[in-house]
Amino acid sequence: MSIVSLGASRVRYETVGYFRSPDAVFFTFLFPLIMLGIFTTAFSSSGDVSAGPGTTSISVGAYYLPGMVAAGILLSGVQNLAVDIAGEKGDGTLKRLGGTPLSPVSYFLGKIGQVFVTGILQAGLLLLVAGTVFGIALPTELSSWATFAWVFVLGIITSAFLGIALSALPRSGRSATAVVIPIVLILQFISGVYLQFYLLPEWMQNIASIFPLKWMAQGMRAVFLPEDFQALEVGGSWDLGAVAIALLVWLVIGLVLSRLTFRWIRKDA
Amino acid sequence: MTEPEAVVRVRDLHKKYGHHHAVDGVSFDIHRGETFALLGPNGAGKSTTIEILEGYRDRTDGEVSVLGIDPGKGGLAWKARLGIVLQSGGESGVMTVSEQLRHFAGLYPNPRSVDEVIAAVGLEEKAKTRITRLSGGQRRRVDVALGIIGRPELLFLDEPTTGFDPEARRDFWTLVRLLKSEGTTILLTTHYLDEAAQLSDRVGVIAGGKHIDIGRLDEIGGDDARIPRVRWRDRDGMRERRTTEPGALVSALCAEFGSEPPELEVIRPSLEDIYLRLVAESQAEAQAVLA
Ligand SMILES: Nc1ncnc2c1ncn2[C@@H]1O[C@H](COP(=O)(O)OP(=O)(O)OP(=O)(O)O)[C@@H](O)[C@H]1O
Ligand SMILES: [Mg+2]
Repeated sequence: MSIVSLGASRVRYETVGYFRSPDAVFFTFLFPLIMLGIFTTAFSSSGDVSAGPGTTSISVGAYYLPGMVAAGILLSGVQNLAVDIAGEKGDGTLKRLGGTPLSPVSYFLGKIGQVFVTGILQAGLLLLVAGTVFGIALPTELSSWATFAWVFVLGIITSAFLGIALSALPRSGRSATAVVIPIVLILQFISGVYLQFYLLPEWMQNIASIFPLKWMAQGMRAVFLPEDFQALEVGGSWDLGAVAIALLVWLVIGLVLSRLTFRWIRKDA
Repeated sequence: MTEPEAVVRVRDLHKKYGHHHAVDGVSFDIHRGETFALLGPNGAGKSTTIEILEGYRDRTDGEVSVLGIDPGKGGLAWKARLGIVLQSGGESGVMTVSEQLRHFAGLYPNPRSVDEVIAAVGLEEKAKTRITRLSGGQRRRVDVALGIIGRPELLFLDEPTTGFDPEARRDFWTLVRLLKSEGTTILLTTHYLDEAAQLSDRVGVIAGGKHIDIGRLDEIGGDDARIPRVRWRDRDGMRERRTTEPGALVSALCAEFGSEPPELEVIRPSLEDIYLRLVAESQAEAQAVLA
């Protein structure tokens, strides 16, 4: 069997495994949806938000939607894979696979494919519920969806590689969530997912700008928020060029780190 | 014909963990089609040796060749020819038994039939059960099934029957004999000496990382260690004598008693007796060196 067809078989296997793991489904698949539900209901009475007097205003739920889509990408990729692969190292799954003729490339394809498939389902579910249950208006122009497509694809692949890379950090499967979740959580707070990015102090914005989540969230705001909201961005515009560059750089960093750190087993450990 | 081809060749193997010498100069060959049992007490270095042969661990020193290849440099084509049952399987196991086996079968160029393998390890009734919901012994059978699914030329079995019930162990022996009849070369470790006696052609004994003895099942320990003992009861209590001619002794006893000697037994040393003696001797020697 070729590396690619084995990769495809791994994608099926990994995706089935993902949906059979309640922790993964709750904390990485459903979490953004639950948070969107909380924000929408909690702030339902606090009125609409706008970029300033006389500009288009939207509901709080609509304002949070792009952040939740971006958080979903981060959770599905980084949190899911970092915890999952660290667990596989700890429980002997990787050792077993390392004794079979499975290429690490097929293994990676399986993980990235799983993140891609579940990431699309997650985003689809989030938008479906946002549009129907929470009554949030979704973009109608094709150009917005084209932006969505490339930000999503670039974001999800970058997240997947960063998840694989980050899985090298926990010393054991059991400590994985303790190591990974705080990192992911802090990123969400400083990157404009839970807190409005334009309200954060400049130094925090600068730190967040180093990391990819800020750029995913910004790309998604460009997709889902009205044009008027550009005024609230740091440079006064969506700056999609910078989004693309930042995500590409992180994709390459993730790829290189994954390649350098991945081992079937910790030799002699 | 000369010596049969060596599938596994180990020469003066050394492995150190820090300052601890876990394997200290072990050598053996395993020939094609042979079942070789590597025996030794806990911590003897069996798993370390096997995992070096499987390519999991680096060696400190010595020469190793497995299917003609240095395990440290073995590629995917090489791994496709191996079957590995590790001492500790362990797995998250959200897949069912048959899903897991089907998936692993897909990794190999010429796998066995999934249903046949499930039947061979006696898990037909659990085929649709998730691995997490199996008992310990049943999970161990999945490990064995995964080890043979790829139709390996060389099979490593590191304590494969831990947790098996007696019937499952007998079934496993049947399975191993089937694999042998198909020409599979097998390296086995076990603490069940009857299992080693049932299955292996040759035996190597190590303790504390050091070589103790190696030989065919019927020659290990030397002739002296296999001398049978005759046991019976007379007026003074139980009597026992080691003799190479137990038949002659028994007929002499019959003549002497003029009837059946009470509680008569002829005991041939089992592999377990021979093994325990070898290990005890080596410990005594090691202590003598220290003293
Ligand atoms: N990863 C490791 N790091 C340090 N020491 C180790 C490591 N693995 C094994 N050892 C040590 O090496 C020695 C041999 O261990 P090994 O697992 O090879 O024994 P074994 O013969 O398989 O024993 P058992 O019958 O209990 O399975 C032991 O003293 C053990 O403590
Ligand atoms: Mg062992």
